[in-house]
Amino acid sequence: MAIFLTAESKVIVQGITGSEGTKHTRRMVASGSNVVGGVNPKKAGSDVDGIPVFATVAEAMETTGADVSVLFVPPAFAKSAVVEAIDASMPLAVVITEGIPVQDSAWFWAYAQGKATRIIGPNCPGLISPGRSNAGIIPATIAPTAGRIGLVSKSGTLTYQMMYELREFGFSTAVGIGGDPVIGTTHIDCLQAFEADPETDAIVMIGEIGGDAEERAADYIREHVTKPVVGYVAGFTAPEGKTMGHAGAIVSGSSGTAAAKQEALEAAGVRVGKTPSAAAELMREVMRGL
Amino acid sequence: MEYQAKELFAKHGVPVLPGETIDDAADARAVAERIGKPVVVKAQVKTGGRGKAGGVKLADTPEEAVARAEDILGLDIKGHIVRKVLVTEASDIDTEYYVSFLLDRANRTYLAMASVEGGMDIEQLAVERPEALARVPVDALVGCDEAKAAEIVAAAGFPSDVSARVAEILVSLWKVFVEEEATLVEVNPLVRTPDGRIVALDGKVTLDGNAEFRHEDVFTRYADVVADDDLEGRAKSKDLNYVKLDGQVGIIGNGAGLVMSTLDVVAYAGEKHGGVKPANFLDIGGGASAQVMADGLEIILSDKDVRSVFVNVFGGITSCDAVADGIVQALGMLGAAATKPLVVRLDGNNVEEGHRILEAANHPLVTVVDTMDGAADKAAELAGSNA
Repeated sequence: MAIFLTAESKVIVQGITGSEGTKHTRRMVASGSNVVGGVNPKKAGSDVDGIPVFATVAEAMETTGADVSVLFVPPAFAKSAVVEAIDASMPLAVVITEGIPVQDSAWFWAYAQGKATRIIGPNCPGLISPGRSNAGIIPATIAPTAGRIGLVSKSGTLTYQMMYELREFGFSTAVGIGGDPVIGTTHIDCLQAFEADPETDAIVMIGEIGGDAEERAADYIREHVTKPVVGYVAGFTAPEGKTMGHAGAIVSGSSGTAAAKQEALEAAGVRVGKTPSAAAELMREVMRGL
Repeated sequence: MEYQAKELFAKHGVPVLPGETIDDAADARAVAERIGKPVVVKAQVKTGGRGKAGGVKLADTPEEAVARAEDILGLDIKGHIVRKVLVTEASDIDTEYYVSFLLDRANRTYLAMASVEGGMDIEQLAVERPEALARVPVDALVGCDEAKAAEIVAAAGFPSDVSARVAEILVSLWKVFVEEEATLVEVNPLVRTPDGRIVALDGKVTLDGNAEFRHEDVFTRYADVVADDDLEGRAKSKDLNYVKLDGQVGIIGNGAGLVMSTLDVVAYAGEKHGGVKPANFLDIGGGASAQVMADGLEIILSDKDVRSVFVNVFGGITSCDAVADGIVQALGMLGAAATKPLVVRLDGNNVEEGHRILEAANHPLVTVVDTMDGAADKAAELAGSNA
């Protein structure tokens, strides 16, 4: 089963003809994704490694039956590309693009409400259901086999680090939700999906400073999640008022600190590791105990 | 800074008092003469508490304005040296209000906040008297039109003799928010003067750095002047994602989350080694070329507090052999300037080849440690003993 992305997923790439788009399309194909098309209005009718390029998302969907779009579109054009996916009722739009103005993200998120499209990202590594499909830039080689751990993380490299630490167990799905202030799919959305997924036994949740997403997730876990959850929060030593790379990672006053997030998660029964390795060790204990 | 916010306010029709920003005290005379009324001379620094620090002074005559500008220029306000002052009309205040628009990330929408009790610290007001601060969600697709502005004004309980004008100001302030692509626009205080005008007396605008490509004129105009000894400024000019902290272990890593995590792990390890802490945040991102590595190392090594450096890379897309090459080449480029021990932890994509390259180079300053926690401990130990 996995969440959001399965062996049956048919993937198209918006921005397939750009250098990043082409590079990662090849990586996705190499890791077993069924990439059925790409979109570039100026290069419709051409192909990338035999993958047909369409003028519009709607045309690509109609011809191929695609149900996932991965976007490698530059920031200036990302808003209209996401809107195009929403208007075509693309079920899942994975926005890899980094550096999208937040008012554009806020706009397309608001526009997607009540419509058929789930947005993941922006500024995210995408998601992978190992052995089945890969939509984004997570290297499939880190943890190549399917397993029963679900992972959700704001950070790309911490996703990789955690997948690597737990590669012996494998993952049902690992989702990088992105570090921007406005993102389409939250920790809670993923927790809900993992809780419902019969192929997921336990969940790793990686958070970081800024905002209150982790606190909200803690509330959600207390009420709705029965599967064991292990957490890690980055940024305990981050100073107040400084942005640490991710636009969302800024501590303002007493809110958004790593300590507050850890406290909230532990109060909800989540075992929180002090370092990524310590969190991985906690998950090993959980998996051995199942 | 205040004057920048006010320029953006004026550009979009939010009323402000006449005034000009100067960096030479002598120019205060001409500004005060043009205004033709008593003026206030206000320090322009990126911090609050200017008044208490002596950074805001009244002047009745143009001569006094020059003297007050001389007093204030060069002041040190919480570590910020005053290089510009705003000379603006002095206005008596009848009533102080508060209005703002901001990004409400938790709800993924915008929020208008307004209060008829302005002037004070709004975070304090929100805690002490939350009922006095109206919060009204603003739909990203609709924005703040006249109807929304009327709703905000009503929610905050503005008196009827000013409500129409405040609503008009809100619509203009929304234009500042949207057209300049801000994440925060705040007027505090918005005042009613004894002669009945409504003006933005002070304010703040935070722009979205991601939107710079659509607003290069504004970003260029308000770019911070960078001093040569400013590590953050130098890093920025090399497009490095660097934040200076006040510890002793220099940090280089890839990916914001991993680097934040590295800071934590080093701080924990430092507790066992004389309390050493991370000296900086530096995310070299995906590429990790030799040049980026050299630029990053050069900045970190010129931080006089740094006693050891921890390079922590997980090769996802990035290949560890490229990172190892980058380190070796960077050390070659830096030559004698590289003086501090480097602890390197590589994992992930092509890690064996990365380790082989570092081993072959056998640089006397480089120690390779296999795990993130172990490497943090080694780097902290070296910083602790290198005091």
